[in-house]
Amino acid sequence: MPNSNTYKFSFLVLFLVLVICFFTNISLGSIYIPFKDVFNSLIGSATQQETWQHIIQNYRLPKAITAILVGSGLGISGLLMQTLFRNPLAGPFVLGISSGASLGVALIILGSSVFGGVFATFLISKWSIVIAASLGSFLVLLAVLLVSIKVRDTMAILIIGLMFASITAAIVSVLSYFGSAQQLQQYIFWGFGSLGNLSWDELLIFSIIYCLGILISLASVKSLNTLLLGENYAKSLGLNINRSRLAIIVSTSLLAGTITAFTGPIAFIGLAIPHLTRQVFNTSNHKILVPAVFLFGAIVMLICDSIAQVPNSDYTLPINAITSLVGAPVVIWLLVRKRKMVF
Amino acid sequence: MDKKNQHIILKTKDLSVGYKSKKAQTIVASNINIELHRGELVGLVGGNGIGKSTLLRTITNVQEALSGDIFINEKPIKKYPALDLAKVLSLVLTEQMMSKNLSVFELVALGRQPYTNWVGNLSENDITIINKALYQTNIVDLKQKRCFELSDGQLQKVMIARALAQDTDLIILDEPTTHLDMYHKAYILKLLQKLAKETNKTILFSSHEIDLAIQLCDSLIVMSKNKVVSDSPCNLISNGTFETLFPKDLIAFDEKTGSFRVKK
Repeated sequence: MPNSNTYKFSFLVLFLVLVICFFTNISLGSIYIPFKDVFNSLIGSATQQETWQHIIQNYRLPKAITAILVGSGLGISGLLMQTLFRNPLAGPFVLGISSGASLGVALIILGSSVFGGVFATFLISKWSIVIAASLGSFLVLLAVLLVSIKVRDTMAILIIGLMFASITAAIVSVLSYFGSAQQLQQYIFWGFGSLGNLSWDELLIFSIIYCLGILISLASVKSLNTLLLGENYAKSLGLNINRSRLAIIVSTSLLAGTITAFTGPIAFIGLAIPHLTRQVFNTSNHKILVPAVFLFGAIVMLICDSIAQVPNSDYTLPINAITSLVGAPVVIWLLVRKRKMVF
Repeated sequence: MDKKNQHIILKTKDLSVGYKSKKAQTIVASNINIELHRGELVGLVGGNGIGKSTLLRTITNVQEALSGDIFINEKPIKKYPALDLAKVLSLVLTEQMMSKNLSVFELVALGRQPYTNWVGNLSENDITIINKALYQTNIVDLKQKRCFELSDGQLQKVMIARALAQDTDLIILDEPTTHLDMYHKAYILKLLQKLAKETNKTILFSSHEIDLAIQLCDSLIVMSKNKVVSDSPCNLISNGTFETLFPKDLIAFDEKTGSFRVKK
């Protein structure tokens, strides 16, 4: 569309900021490591202390990459949902993906006492949690979608999403009631969200599914732009609404589902990053928005993770809290400053 | 030119429109036989609730016909794949679009969607057609404006430009003059008349502006309670068709001025 060139500079700046955030994120942590050694260990040269290399390569680097994947993935899935449902309040959370994932995980962690015995130990492995979360999120989203095809009213869809979230929350409460203290703690810690638990193997699987989701979202750019006109116009332009809707939903559930599965339910990013991006770029064209949301999401997530890490201390704050604490004021400030919501 | 020899763009044969539920079907209008020719401006008039929208929804393939056939370019509408239909039929609807943050150019460019590649990149040819559509609707100077900045009249022109950019033989507009003041009502309909002549496209619109439609249209489709009549405005006036349009207690059609008068 017109003069994409004017955006090139913004994209360049954002990309540089992303690179800076990436290196800053890796440099900061519970132990101080000089930047020179951080850089050396990244390019594989020797560092002053061998443990540093281990920390960087096996802990901080995968964590930073996870942050980029999580931030960009949640941002893009939020954007897809907002456009599909024509609602600025939509996001992975509102439509029940995360609550679906929570239900899956709760069933695995808390429900294991119900299933009991040998079965239980088999259930609580990292992978079973990942699979349960993915399945849970996909099923809840599918349920919301099936109902949404019937009602066709945007607000109703939103309410239905919230209802599904309430149902899952209620089931989780019931399960919690029967769970042991240890199980409850495990579940609650999952709910805090964590970027730092991924090994390289897990990261590989994560990024494969992530890439698949991103590819589908890129393939949906044209239909997303058509949907800006509303569904009837989109249909009159020859768009196969059902197929596009399915592609958008599958992309979202792949992205948001795996992210929630691997890192826990991370709040706020999915809702806020698309708004942040629209305010800054002032466009609704998804050809611009999708890459911009990618960059913004990754940057914000890296910054939040750096803060959550509390540099040079032993504390790691729950990332879930930090994303909202840092991000919400930024969005409020942008809206107040521009006085007009871009959607 | 003799109308009989002109190319027929849209034709309906014994068409019945209405709603189907599991138990019964409600026929809104039946025995609809209309023919629209190339380059014609056609108005669809009728009272509220008489079935104008249902008819438009049916001939645009949004809802199914109860019985009868619809042909576009002599091919049954059912035989068109969605994308091919989008290349012969474009719409201007009454519904508000979802995002008004698009620029006018971007919005008109969306009309090229059936022709663009998977990511929607515009070719030189696409841009030429978009600019032509902007020019034909007199909105070149609005090109970079965003849609929320536009008045209702301007927005309607933009939506018409979008339909033009879709480059179809037939453009159908659902009540394009609602929300507009008297001047802009005339302006939009006059614009449609000009476009039908210049581009040789067939333009069908539904409207409550019967007097304007009588003055500007090549032919009119008049929907009244028992029948659907299609003819040139002059013939319709001399037939007395407009008398049947509304209940006779409040307004009457004045043949001399071609408009309705309130009874005193």
